[in-house]
Amino acid sequence: MSEPILSIRGLTKTYANGPRALDNVDLDIRKGEIFALLGPNGAGKTTLIGAVCGLVRPSGGTMHAFGHDLARDWRRARARIGLVPQELSTDMFETVRRAVAYSQGLFGKPHDPARIEEILRSLSLWDKRDAQIRALSGGMKRRVLIAKALAHDPELLFLDEPTAGVDVELRKDMWQQIAALKQRGVTIILTTHYIEEAEEMADRVGIIQGGRILMVDEKSAMMERLGTTEAVIDLAAPLAALPPAIAGFPVELAEGGTRLVYRGGNGQGGGRAQVADLTQTLAREGIVYTSIDIHDSSLEDIFVGLLGHNQAEAA
Amino acid sequence: MHFNVRSALAIYQREMARAFRTAFQSILSPVLTTSLYFVVFGSVIGARMEPIGGVPYGAFIIPGLLMLTLLGETTSNASFGIYMPRFTGTIYELLSAPVGVAETLAGFVGAAMTKGLILAAIILATATFFVDYEIKYPLFAAFYIMLVAASFALFGFILGIWADSFEKLGIIPLLILTPLTFLGGTFYSIRDLPGPWDAIALANPIAFLVSGLRFSFYGVADVPIALSLGLTIGFLAVCTTVIAVIFRTGWRLRE
Repeated sequence: MSEPILSIRGLTKTYANGPRALDNVDLDIRKGEIFALLGPNGAGKTTLIGAVCGLVRPSGGTMHAFGHDLARDWRRARARIGLVPQELSTDMFETVRRAVAYSQGLFGKPHDPARIEEILRSLSLWDKRDAQIRALSGGMKRRVLIAKALAHDPELLFLDEPTAGVDVELRKDMWQQIAALKQRGVTIILTTHYIEEAEEMADRVGIIQGGRILMVDEKSAMMERLGTTEAVIDLAAPLAALPPAIAGFPVELAEGGTRLVYRGGNGQGGGRAQVADLTQTLAREGIVYTSIDIHDSSLEDIFVGLLGHNQAEAA
Repeated sequence: MHFNVRSALAIYQREMARAFRTAFQSILSPVLTTSLYFVVFGSVIGARMEPIGGVPYGAFIIPGLLMLTLLGETTSNASFGIYMPRFTGTIYELLSAPVGVAETLAGFVGAAMTKGLILAAIILATATFFVDYEIKYPLFAAFYIMLVAASFALFGFILGIWADSFEKLGIIPLLILTPLTFLGGTFYSIRDLPGPWDAIALANPIAFLVSGLRFSFYGVADVPIALSLGLTIGFLAVCTTVIAVIFRTGWRLRE
């Protein structure tokens, strides 16, 4: 693996009158990936982003972006980092174009109207370029924030809850925008509590709770390692015991022998193949079934399972 | 030390744009206020007053009135300029930008000095409709106005970072700056105060500012001009230091 674009070691943050928001976080972000930081509200997602972007003063630990120490060489690092905050914080009375031009200048870039036009067009904001930001809808405001964050062509972009409070259609649209950014080589770190979003977008997923990173892995590996397939097969007649022919499958009897429950697989289709195999075996054995319900576990099941496990451990 | 000119310029232009966007408030209101003062104190009352230090009363009050508006406007403008982004959350952008205290202050203070000069020009132009006056040292006056504007922009900046409510934001200009300016010889020479008030009045730092500006206009002053200049520059240095410390510690800016 090449040198990570962002490297965090032992990052800790304790607020003055609050709990420990970040607890010894280690994290490496690879160049060009989409990394989803997944966790419930108050898990420390926003604090983590704030620490990298200069909004939060870390209590301990080190951070390096593009090889620059963020504590010392923050100017050079920040010039290449963009941030889209969670709150729709915008200068209400400013026009879209001027707000984006301000961001460009603030990050030390020369005024580049052509680039601004390109960014606004790509976000479908060009028609609104001279509108005051306060006159825009919530989804449009979010896009203005993205446009502002892109104005200095960052190589590393943070999106804090990019689709919070955005309707389904806009969310799909936002996903497309993010995918397009990845295409252009931008490394993206997004936080979300929509598991669907991480599942749809991310290359890798980090699960965070209580300021600690519980797990970081490739999304596919996580699914493979922790994902399962569950099949519920209702039988025409109850079975007293598992016939030897199907004893090799990860199955058990339920509902007084009228139901066969399969739990197995690897979250990558292996389970479904095995269920197909199971049904053929049942047919060969003359065991009649009336219905089959197959369900692959999603990242959500993994997430909920992991958090539940962690909470049980903490209790 | 690294200094990003483009960033400073971006902040400067934004602050100037903000002033022009609220032109009614920032231009019309001082014109109106100053006109009222000139009508009441300059024309009506001033006609019955003796000249002070050889300066006709109507002309005498011009530097004081200018200082009154300059201090109030500069302080509240700068404090608003940094408080609003904190209040609305847009400060995130400044904090996440490759921008340090130097660029931030250059942008904010530079804009405050420009606005101070524009404000002074408007007030002085308004004054010509009511009284006759001449400025003895116009270049020095312009320099002194910019110096005062810079100092109080920094002071307002500190205020805007310290304040955590709109009430606190308004309280210092209203309860401290305005009374001190009134008591600082805006409408009279503190030399004419009966003892021991003439000595007590010198405890008011704004008396030195009014006196300094009056010197640049008419060559007469209550206190030596070097003292006024020294005090203003000293205040500027103190405010700059305080802001540098605020940026280093992140007080009220970075959690």
